[in-house]
Amino acid sequence: MNEQGEAMRDTDANEGYVTADGRKIGGVAMEMKNITLRFGGVVAIKDISFDIRWGEVRAIIGPNGAGKSSMLNVISGFYNPQEGEIIYKGYRRPRMRPYQVARTGIARTFQNIALFEGMSVLDNIMTGRLHHMKANMFQQAIWWGKASREEQENREAVEKIIDFLEIQHIRKTPVARLPYGLKKRVELARALAAEPSILLLDEPMAGMNVEEKEDMCRFILDVNDEFNTTTVLIEHDMGVVMDLSDRVVVMDYGKKIGDGTPDEVRNNEEVIKAYLGVAHD
Amino acid sequence: MPDTLLFAMEATLNGLTAGVMYALVALGFVLIFKASGIFNFAQGVMALFAALTLVGFQSGQIPFSHLINAMFGTRLHHFGWNMPTLLAIPATVAVMILLAILVERFILKHLINQEPIILFMATIGLAYFLEGVGDIMWGAEVKALDVGLPKGMSDTVDELTFNWFGYGFFIDRLELWAAGIAAILVASLTIFSQYTKQGRALRAVADDHQAALSVGISLRFIWVLTWSIAGIVALVAGIMWGSKSGVQFSLSLIALKALPVLILGGFTSIPGAIVGGLIIGVGEKLFDFFMQPIVGGATENWFAYMLALVFLLFRPQGLFGEKIIERV
Repeated sequence: MNEQGEAMRDTDANEGYVTADGRKIGGVAMEMKNITLRFGGVVAIKDISFDIRWGEVRAIIGPNGAGKSSMLNVISGFYNPQEGEIIYKGYRRPRMRPYQVARTGIARTFQNIALFEGMSVLDNIMTGRLHHMKANMFQQAIWWGKASREEQENREAVEKIIDFLEIQHIRKTPVARLPYGLKKRVELARALAAEPSILLLDEPMAGMNVEEKEDMCRFILDVNDEFNTTTVLIEHDMGVVMDLSDRVVVMDYGKKIGDGTPDEVRNNEEVIKAYLGVAHD
Repeated sequence: MPDTLLFAMEATLNGLTAGVMYALVALGFVLIFKASGIFNFAQGVMALFAALTLVGFQSGQIPFSHLINAMFGTRLHHFGWNMPTLLAIPATVAVMILLAILVERFILKHLINQEPIILFMATIGLAYFLEGVGDIMWGAEVKALDVGLPKGMSDTVDELTFNWFGYGFFIDRLELWAAGIAAILVASLTIFSQYTKQGRALRAVADDHQAALSVGISLRFIWVLTWSIAGIVALVAGIMWGSKSGVQFSLSLIALKALPVLILGGFTSIPGAIVGGLIIGVGEKLFDFFMQPIVGGATENWFAYMLALVFLLFRPQGLFGEKIIERV
């Protein structure tokens, strides 16, 4: 069993549920408890609590400036909240730096693509596996023993992801030359290469055309199916999110105004207000 | 073959070897600039400091002896033993790594996310600080550095060229060695950055800090690593320049010579530093050779800067630098 599976049993395996399409969702992977994040006098996140379960696609939606990206940055350790705590795999997570969070199995993509522009697609994806490499510098330099075996294993894992995301034809292309949609896909590939316990996607469909959006949706669902990856994604395109996700958190002005299945959220009055606006009398 | 052509060829060869020496200094700049976007003004002083430390270790000098003597009225100067070169070099490397750790701990860590100009100012401060520390630690007098590298005219080159052209070229053996060592250095840096995990992480950090963090790379570790490597490159440059012209405080000024090399080669390219160094070296020698009869010599002092100026006008990113594209 993999790490995820064990953690599932350790926490509360019984509390899981089965989705309409028959996928088994496990216990709580991560729980956000009363998170408050401030920048000086501005409150970006106000006392928000929700949980993320093993194997589910969890969406965070909300209008622009609702604090969605801030929430994702809290999960990935780029921001440290002033109040509240994060329970991850059953333990309270201490204050960590982003790279330390990444090493605990949380991989992410960025809203405005953060790839290594100077490197090839393959090299970019390989960086996702950096902390799967254990051989020392000297062994690696002379390509000996553990190093060559590791490189082999890592290459195989990466090739599998490249096949999966259908980017074989651009493996050797420098990232800077790729169109936007493909860059987004490479970024997803790099995050997947880390074999993350939780995958965070910050507006994976932003700025894409319809065809690219459909592709991306398919990949997100396939990834969840194939690798059973717990996925947290941010979107403000309601339609896309409702099709993709198992459960949805809705944020507005830094507060949580809804949480539940897409259907529940869709009929939530406050959510309708936030999205459509209501006449104030 | 006409004499002028032969002399010009000799000047070119000398220029190539001199260029390697420039390239060695420029290399240290490129490494740090690539990884952290900092133009490290202190690179030249680091070369000086490394050379001072090496000589100090070799001759068994007691560090800070002047200071200690002044404070306690003692008469300490030497430990009374000489450290063999093979031991003194690793010891100096250790000092340079320690320096890298201190620089990260006391400077870089506090300036994360600051403008490049602020970091640049900090390295100017570091340069003066390090020069002062070097002075207090090891004394200000000019020292001879001998790590056992051969010096003087290369008989092989002299003989070979005499047999071919009937005129023996004068090439300093030290500079030939410097070229060989520089080649090994560049080769190992390339292998390191292409094929090791740390090398890959280093390239990642050079490219995008945020993305590097998101795949689990510690920026602080990479900065220590980069400054350590730059320190080791500074040591190599310090050894070469120190063996050539003695370890003296004017050594820190070679940093200024590296500037035109960087403008030619591009601030972000290791091959650029090498090629830039060679072009400056050869250009300098040839220009001097041809212009000497007209202007009376001494063109070597300004030629490199003039060439850099021309490059700034027509190709500001350098020969190998990344093209600057402004998107609007």
